[in-house]
Formats: sequence, C-alpha cells, structure tokens
Amino acid sequence: MKTSPLPDPRRCQERAEEMLAYARAAGADAAEVLVRDGSELQVKVRLSEPELVKQASSRALGLRVLRDHRAAVTYTSDFSPAAMRQFARDSVELCELAEPDPLADLPERHEMARTVPDLDLWDETAPALDAAQALRLAKRGEQAALQFDTRVANSEGAVMGRVMGATAFASSAGFSGGYRGTSLSLVVMPVCDDADGKKRSGHYWTASRFTSGLLDPEAVGLEAARRTLAKLGSRKIATCQAPAVFAPEAARSLLGQLAAVVSGGAAWRKSTYLAAREGTAVASPLVTVVDDPLAPRAPGSRPFDGEGLAARTNVVVSEGVLRIFLCDVYSARKLGRRSTGSAGRGVGSGPHVGTSNFVLLAGKTPPSELERVPQGLYVTELMGFGFNPVTGDWSQGANGFWIANGSRTYPVSEITISINFDDLWKSIDGVGNDLDTRVSVQSPTLRVSRITVAGT
Amino acid sequence: MSGAFLSADGLAPNPLAGIDEAVAERLLGEALASGGDYADLYFEFRCGADFVLEEERVRSVGRALIVGLGVRVLRGDATGYAYTEELSAARMCEAARTAGQIAASGRSVAPVALARLPRSDTYPVPEASLARPGADKVALLRRADVAARAFDARIVRVEASLSEEWREILVFTSEGRLAQDRQPMLRLGVHAVAEEGNRRQGGRSGTALRRGLELFALPGHTPEEHGREAARLALAMLHAEEAPAGPMEVVLGPGESGILLHEAVGHGLEADFNRKKTSNYTDQIGKSVASRLCTVADDATIAHARGSINVDDEGNPGRRNLLIEDGILRGYLQDRISARHFRSEPTGSGRRESFRCQPLPRMTNTLLLGGQDDPEDIVRSVRRGVYAKHFSGGQVNISNGDFVFSLTESYLIEDGKLTAPLRGVNLIGNGPEVLRQVTMVGHDFRLSEGTWTCGKDGQSVPVGVGTPTVKIARITVGGTRTP
Repeated sequence: MKTSPLPDPRRCQERAEEMLAYARAAGADAAEVLVRDGSELQVKVRLSEPELVKQASSRALGLRVLRDHRAAVTYTSDFSPAAMRQFARDSVELCELAEPDPLADLPERHEMARTVPDLDLWDETAPALDAAQALRLAKRGEQAALQFDTRVANSEGAVMGRVMGATAFASSAGFSGGYRGTSLSLVVMPVCDDADGKKRSGHYWTASRFTSGLLDPEAVGLEAARRTLAKLGSRKIATCQAPAVFAPEAARSLLGQLAAVVSGGAAWRKSTYLAAREGTAVASPLVTVVDDPLAPRAPGSRPFDGEGLAARTNVVVSEGVLRIFLCDVYSARKLGRRSTGSAGRGVGSGPHVGTSNFVLLAGKTPPSELERVPQGLYVTELMGFGFNPVTGDWSQGANGFWIANGSRTYPVSEITISINFDDLWKSIDGVGNDLDTRVSVQSPTLRVSRITVAGT
Repeated sequence: MSGAFLSADGLAPNPLAGIDEAVAERLLGEALASGGDYADLYFEFRCGADFVLEEERVRSVGRALIVGLGVRVLRGDATGYAYTEELSAARMCEAARTAGQIAASGRSVAPVALARLPRSDTYPVPEASLARPGADKVALLRRADVAARAFDARIVRVEASLSEEWREILVFTSEGRLAQDRQPMLRLGVHAVAEEGNRRQGGRSGTALRRGLELFALPGHTPEEHGREAARLALAMLHAEEAPAGPMEVVLGPGESGILLHEAVGHGLEADFNRKKTSNYTDQIGKSVASRLCTVADDATIAHARGSINVDDEGNPGRRNLLIEDGILRGYLQDRISARHFRSEPTGSGRRESFRCQPLPRMTNTLLLGGQDDPEDIVRSVRRGVYAKHFSGGQVNISNGDFVFSLTESYLIEDGKLTAPLRGVNLIGNGPEVLRQVTMVGHDFRLSEGTWTCGKDGQSVPVGVGTPTVKIARITVGGTRTP
C-alpha cells in the first residue's frame, strides 16, 4: 500500500513563513499564520466484523492579519502559491470591515517564545500501525467484552484510532516554530439487554500519545463489559439531598466547566460568576488546579501557545484560592495585565483563551474511602447543558450508583443533580489519589458534601 | 471585492467546476477495482464568512474556504473511507484506491453510467448573502446592537454575530446517480447581558435559515426584534427563582420544545441503531410507542428551514417521512446501508458533516404535528407545574432513551397561570415513557427558526425542530428546591 508522507513540522513552518511573507506583501501591518498537517486512521469493528476503515491526511492554514489595528481571520486548505497570494490579498482587504482596536494587535516582540522545547509528543512506533493491525486490536478488545459474560450480547463496536499531526506557527511579532505529535486510542462499547426491555450501553477506553501507553485491548474490553453490566437494573431514586462522589470521568466535566469560568475572556466580559473573585476562596482548600502545557507526553501539551508565546505552567486555583485568570494577549490587555501564555488557536478561528493540560491535583485519599458515607450518590456520567456561567446555576442529568453504608448498591439513572457551581466547589470534602491522565482535562475522584437529587 | 472568497452562485471560479461525469466515472472505477459492492464520491465546496460585533465595535471578520472530496466504498456492511483536500487527479485517485482497500478481494462491480437527478429547490435565494458587501452585514449587526441596548438601561453588554455559508455538493454513485445541491445558510445571533445590583443574567436570540439577506426583512427576524428579544430574556431571568425538584406536570411551549422530540424519539428512530438492535425502538414498527395524540414526522422539504435538504449526502432526494402516526411507529430514518438491511427504500436521511465524514442516518426537521387542544386550555389545566419556553440544548442516551434537556426560559404554573420565572431548570426523562405521558396537544404548531445543531458520532449537522403546545402529565424537573 502506498502511504502518504508523515506530517512534517518543518514543511508546515515553511508554508507558514511563506504565507506570512505574502500577507506582508499584500499590505498587512502584522500577521500570524497557523498551519496544520495531519493524518488520520480510524477503524471500527462490530460483532467481530470490520465496519469502517477510514484513512486520510489533511491540512489547513489559518491566517490572522492586522491593518491599522483592524483584524481579519481567514482559513483555507488551498496551498498552491497563486491561491495563497490571492488569499493573502483578500484577507488584508477584509480588514477594512473591522473597526480599529489597538488591543487586538499582536503580542509585543519581547513576549514571544525564544525556543521550542521538545515535550516528547511523537511516538516513533506509531506510524507503523496499519489498518489491518488496528482492526485486529479493536477486534481483540470487543471480543474480550463479548466473551466476558453471556449477558453482553450486543455491541456498538470497538474503535481504534490514530492521529499524527504537525503544527507550525509563524508571527510577524518575531516567532516561527513547529512541532509534531501522535495520539492513539481504543474504545470498546458493549450493549446489554435489561429486564425491562431497555438496552444498556457502556464503554471504556484507553488513550495515549505512545503505543506503549495504551492498555491491552483485552483489559479495555473487560472493563467495558464490567461497566455495562453494572448498569443492569438501573432505576430512578427519590428526590432528596445527599453527598455525591464524582468518578474521575464525571469530575472531569466539572473541571472543564471550571475552566470556562476562570478564563480571562469570560472575566473581562463579566460572563463568569468569578469575575471579581481573584485572590479569594472559590473552592475547598483541598482543591488545587494547574494548567500545565509542559508535561512530557501529556495529551494537552504544547511547546508554545496560540499566539507564539512560550508555554508556561500556571497555578490557577491554589488550595481553594483563585490565583489568576488564564489569559491570551487580548483578554490580558482588557484586564490590564500580561498574557499567561494561554492562547488556544484553531485554523478556523482567531486566538482565544484555552487550556492545555488542565489538572486538578490528586489528593491522598483512595477513592474507595471517599465512598464511605452512610448514603449518597456515586456519579459516573453527567448529561446535558445545564450550566449558566454568569450565575453559576448548575443542573445536569446523571447516571451512577446509590451508595448505602459505604458501598455502591444499585445503579441509578434518569435523575438530575443540582447545586450552585460556586457551592459545589466550596463543598468538596474529599479529593481522591486516582488522577485520570488519559485526556487533557484531568481530575481524580471528588466528593461533594451535599447536592440536590431530583428523581421520583 | 475580488477573488477566491466569492465563488458563491457563479460569481467567481468554482473549484468544483472541472469535476464532470468523466472524472467521476474514472474515480468510481478506481474505487471499485479491489472488489467493492458500491462506491460514492462526495465533492464539497464551502465558502463562509463571519462577523462579530462586541462593545459596539466590529471586533473581527472572518472568511473560510473549504474544498474536498470524500470517497466511500462499501463491501457488505463494511465501509472504506478516504478523503482529500487537493482535487488533483493523483490525490483523488489515491483517495479512491485507499477507500477501495476495504474490499481486498472478490469480484468487482462495474459502475453504472451516471444520470443526473432532477433538481427541486426548497430554498431558492434571490441572491447569495456572500455576494453582498460585508458592510451590509455589519449594518445589520449594528441595528441588533442598538435595539438591544435601547431596550432597557439595565442591558450592560451586547454581542451580535452573523455568519453565512454557501455549500455546494456533488454526489456521484456507482449505481449511476448524480446529484448536486447548493445549500445556503445565514445565521444571526444576539447575546445581551442585564445587570441589576449584584444580579447578572444573559439572554440570547437568533435565527438560522437557508436564505439570503432578505431573511432580515421577515417579521420576527429583523435585527431589532432579535436584539430586543435577547434583552427581554436577560431581564426576565434577572429575578428568576430557584426551580422545584421532582416529577410534575410540564407544558411545552410551541416551537423550540421540538428538541424534546429530537432527543426523546428522533435519535432512537435512526435506522443504524435499529439495524444494530441498540435502540429501544428496535423491532417496534407497527407497535404503539407513544400516546395516540402523537404524530411525528421528519420533513426535509420545509421551505428555507435550517434542517431542509434538497438531496441528502448520498444523493437521494430529501423528503417528508412519517415516523409515528397516532402513536404507532411507522418507520425509521434510513441511510443506504440501513435501507438495504431493512429492504426498504432510502428516506433521504443520509447526512454528513463534511467530505471528511461518512454519511449516517440523521434527522432534518423533526416535528410533532398539531392537535386539537387550545393552548390556553392546556396551561389552564395545570394546577402546579412548569411551562417550558426556551431551551439551550438536550442530550439522549440512544440505547435506553434517557434524555436531558436544559431550559433557558421557564415559568412556574400555579392554578392554571404562569407565575414566577425559574432558573437552572433541566427536564429529564425517558423517550418512550414521556411520549406516553402526552395528554394534550395544541393546535398551534410552530416551527422553531432557531440555530439548532445536532451532534452524532462527532459529526454536526444543522437541524430544525417544531411542535405545538404540549402537555406532559409527568416528567422529572431538575431544580434545586426540594419539596
């Protein structure tokens, strides 16, 4: 089989610099260019038969140009020199429609990154994985689930994926650099029939930047089967107030919502209930949250931010006290301070505040100890969109287990849990030692002392 | 304005212009060379622009240009998929061969000569909005901004945004189908923040339809109306009360409440889940799955609606599909793979987010049809419950039908009257169960013209929803106030 060349950060960087030159030639006062080149392999097996093999490589270029403090943000996938020149001219012309905003200018020259640290994000063995091997791994994962218990009679399949990507960024403020990374994942999704005719689906997954960081397919399949079987007989519970223990997967979605309200963009817009709360307690003293783009081999690591500033580790919440808002250059200027190097950037959008590896640091308590409550709710999944960052009103659908006398009893579904988000973080009375590092928003198990459960 | 950005409606060179039957037949032959049963080519050209007005200033303008080809080869139920953004003969051929590898053996099927599908157009536009000067769109945003801020002195922030897209698709199949479509989309959104003392609340209003700029002359869709509606909502919610928790009667207002249909039944009727027997509607056709008052359709043919499609992304015409009739399940939403499995005809429901994605059975505009009841009688019949007016979104677990949806505007109903506005309300229930709890259906059917986007397997597609006023006898309200 013919294989496409691997994503090459140096080639991306050349493209980025080329476009930068076209933009300057077209009359831009300043410009920055992001180039991404990636290749994707995704396979799916269902009931042991291949269902999907998808392979492609793709590339795109995002340009931000400024003229007279007016900004335009444009996107293309056409890299022919003629098209790139025309694209640059059109982009500069677009600036006329925007209105001058000096705060929208590029970062100061002295703010730009000087080096591009190697964060060990590329697995040399990853490119060797081909579709046939990936199908075999997915099949092994699914079979482990199907063979675990006769009640696992159906499956939504097993998906193995690999992404290899190169990213380059060039800015007229004085930076040009690139890097590449790999990431691999396997998910197994069994389905069981429940007594009431309902289907119960569950899943478990492994993900890593390195092949060697993945769990064995069998381990993934077994855990997926266990988790799905544990949902059999799910029921609603009575409306009540109770302590809630959030499994790392559910705690992570709380942490993702916290990321939105500690963003400098939300702070200057006052669209976060934390707008005036810097330096004050916003969570229990057990809670420390850092944003760490420099962690080697981590899923959200990046050597520089979306505006070409050096990556740096930021302590956002320290023992419950909000230390800083994460800022890109624009939100920092709006708030009268310096960027924290937290700009995210997609090829199709301008810079915005984003997180890298957003981590709630693990505590010392084993998660089983956090479940030692007379009764309470163990939350495994959250559903829905019930969070208002302006007021902190928070209400979500939940699945999980009822805890009685310190252990999980029966599975629970079709309930909502509600609390004000500010109260939620302040009433955390336990942090587990089981940090989940598979994704870029990372949390251990968390316990909240009291939450409202709406059920029957 | 010149050049690369303006390919809309023949204004400038269309990157798909060189793609003809000869190119397609060659690629389809290549795709099937390894022995696939079926292949299709999906060419897409997308041109978009967006404008954001914030703090009374146009903060940013953006443009995007996306071109690509997706090649799919089927062998039984297995899919091989590849795509390329470069429409050179070599790269297109490589994509066709890569997709074809799914069928590494077996006899090969020769593609049938291509015949063009007759075109109908449910969303003709007098002129593509992209062809109009950007200044016209900026002027619309200003009108929305001024109206929102003028609404009340307590409105402290307004953000208005407009985005427009022109999408052209060309679908060629090895069975000889050739379909094309032009799909415009124009969206306006206004977000207003109200402040009073320490209280702050946000409100949103907006629309997204397959129209040109004439959209903003339609009643209900002038920028001023959306500006004022966002401001009204922010103010209305300033003094909202904590919501009750627990099961109660709920009245769904007309229009947006259709997202309940979308989540509670729509996804469960997508044929892929039923073919794989992972939906709770598996093997239920002909059986009662809802109250007799419920008739549900998925209709791709509503003029200018956000979810409408002239042809689906497998080249089949969009149409109206009856899903539930007087409570009885009549059919599923099919894509090609599922239609063959069920030996039924395609329903025009194969949709994809872009050329990078394989088609899946998806909804278009999902509707609960109007009934007999007077909407005022419906509210009057409730002693204590919740009236749901605006929603931010919903989510469903397909396999068991459990869903959640989140309200952005709702009111307590006490003795048949709307009273206090409520904050932070979720409704949670189970699809089949909640449809059996429908006890009254109003005669005031309304299509929501809001910006609804449906996600499935990581693919987002624009959809529409609609309902009349509906009474649900019992559903769990997730609030913070326990009885």
